[in-house]
Amino acid sequence: MKKVKESIAKYIFLIAGIVAIISVLAITLYMFLKGAPALFQVGAPQLLFGTVWKPTAAEPHYGIFYIILSSVVGTLCSVLIGVPIGLLTAVFLTDLTNSSPLGRTVSKILSSAVELLAAIPSVIYGLIGLMVLNPLMYKLEKHFFTGSETHQFTGGANMLSAIIVLAIMILPTVINISASSIRAVSQSLRSASLALGATKLQTIFRVVIPAARSGIMTGVVLGIGRALGEAMAINMVAGGAVNLPLPFNSVRFLTTQLVSEMSYASGLHRQVLFTVGLVLYIFILSINLILTRLRKKGEKAND
Amino acid sequence: MKKKITKALGILLTASMCLAGFTGCGNTDDTAATNSTADTATTNESVAQESNATAEPAPEATTDNTDVSGTISLAGSTSMEKLCEALMEGFMEAYPNVTVTTEYTGSGAGLESLAAGSVDIGNASRHIKDSEAESGAVENVVALDGIAVITDLENDVTDLSTEDLAKVYTGEIKNWSELGGKDEAIVVIGRESGSGTRDAFEELVEVKDACAYAQELDSTGAVLAKVAATPGAIGYVSLDVVDDTVTAVALNGVEASEENILAGTYALQRPFVMATMGTIDEQNELVSTWFDYINSEEGKEITKSVGLIIPE
Repeated sequence: MKKVKESIAKYIFLIAGIVAIISVLAITLYMFLKGAPALFQVGAPQLLFGTVWKPTAAEPHYGIFYIILSSVVGTLCSVLIGVPIGLLTAVFLTDLTNSSPLGRTVSKILSSAVELLAAIPSVIYGLIGLMVLNPLMYKLEKHFFTGSETHQFTGGANMLSAIIVLAIMILPTVINISASSIRAVSQSLRSASLALGATKLQTIFRVVIPAARSGIMTGVVLGIGRALGEAMAINMVAGGAVNLPLPFNSVRFLTTQLVSEMSYASGLHRQVLFTVGLVLYIFILSINLILTRLRKKGEKAND
Repeated sequence: MKKKITKALGILLTASMCLAGFTGCGNTDDTAATNSTADTATTNESVAQESNATAEPAPEATTDNTDVSGTISLAGSTSMEKLCEALMEGFMEAYPNVTVTTEYTGSGAGLESLAAGSVDIGNASRHIKDSEAESGAVENVVALDGIAVITDLENDVTDLSTEDLAKVYTGEIKNWSELGGKDEAIVVIGRESGSGTRDAFEELVEVKDACAYAQELDSTGAVLAKVAATPGAIGYVSLDVVDDTVTAVALNGVEASEENILAGTYALQRPFVMATMGTIDEQNELVSTWFDYINSEEGKEITKSVGLIIPE
């Protein structure tokens, strides 16, 4: 009787595991089946490296290069801004606030603030970006470009707004994962460093952060994934015209391309949108592969 | 004990987040599948209410209407999709034994199908050309579509010529001072490719695929909000959604209003035509029932609910 129960349980667990695998395989298959045909119909070079996006013109152009570029540049810039802030916050949480009761209180408040930041829905980030950031950006834009003959005024909905919103959105991911890996660094390492006469700052930057490197990298890569996949907030602040990703240009990302045009698109236009989805999917896939590599490295280093 | 409670809470939270995730996905799928975006959502709702209202006396009505049966086929303008879908829904509820099919192939293609005899009704979002009328097609204007050009309230330019409007949208004119207004940059706001409003606007202003948009937004509401909030912005929306947060600009000296559209003096308007071979009197019972329905109070309500104007 006991044996039967055991084996039934085993199969239930197996089925649960299979659900996840089947989902991921089905999604991959679907994306490739739906996304690949347009690549052949339009021609991969024209589609991936074309810079003109006019899907409904009499002579349609389906170039998504600026869209890919916007996603890549936007993500990288937001990571460049977000990661230093996130990493320093993580260090502050773990190593600088545990020496006094006041510090511990500050640390607790900060931790819950970070958790709240992670829980805020992206549409709220978008809304605040739309109402606060965009008008500010428009003032800046006017300041820089008044009298410019070539600049098209965007009313503040631009690349820079998107980058700032994304940088804030990836903070919780970077902070939480970095903080837990920094906490995992053995206390004896810190003590040894301090005993050898290193200052606290030297200990942090020369000993603790290098020791937590693989965990921090994981946080960075997850942050990249989050920024790359974000759609809602970007759709609200980035303007949505297909342009070269310059700071004060209105831009469109891979995600917002899908969000804004899927509803009315038909025929080849629709198929190309699936290709856009495929490109995004491949980006995310590669990021996950990098993540797996990093984790393996981390495990080896810990052995 | 406390630990257990927090654990249970945690599980609950994760479960609800998963659920939220799923519903989110479901919604996006729906919008993609049914072609309804934010701006159609409200109108669809009112259509739904409309059909609900008619559903109540339906038992009586259906007994009268079940003797009409068959299929009506329509083909043509993609811009008329919203109107056709709403009318079809209402009509098939009132006449349960009739099936209405519509293909959205474009105005020209729809009239060709009509001339070839493969459909009963050819949809066109423009007047019929003389060459098309030669085959015997007769145009029946079922609705008028008006587009308002809007600016923020601070803007003192309240009248534009269609030529200037075209120059603004192609990026030739970049500052309101060139149009007699303040020294303020023009922020050109429009809709995404594939939008019916964008299609109509670009066609009527004759700037098809030549527009240099500073922002492409994906709903009527977003355009309204952005124009209202951005100094120097200009945008276009369906006439029926204009409210007091923005100024509707007059074109060539003609105010954007229902009266002026009915009079035919306002520039940014187009007719929605359901063309038939021969006049409506010459049609079979099914097709004339369809037109009776469109001209009934219920049909007119549906037409208004998708933001269109009833022709006189």
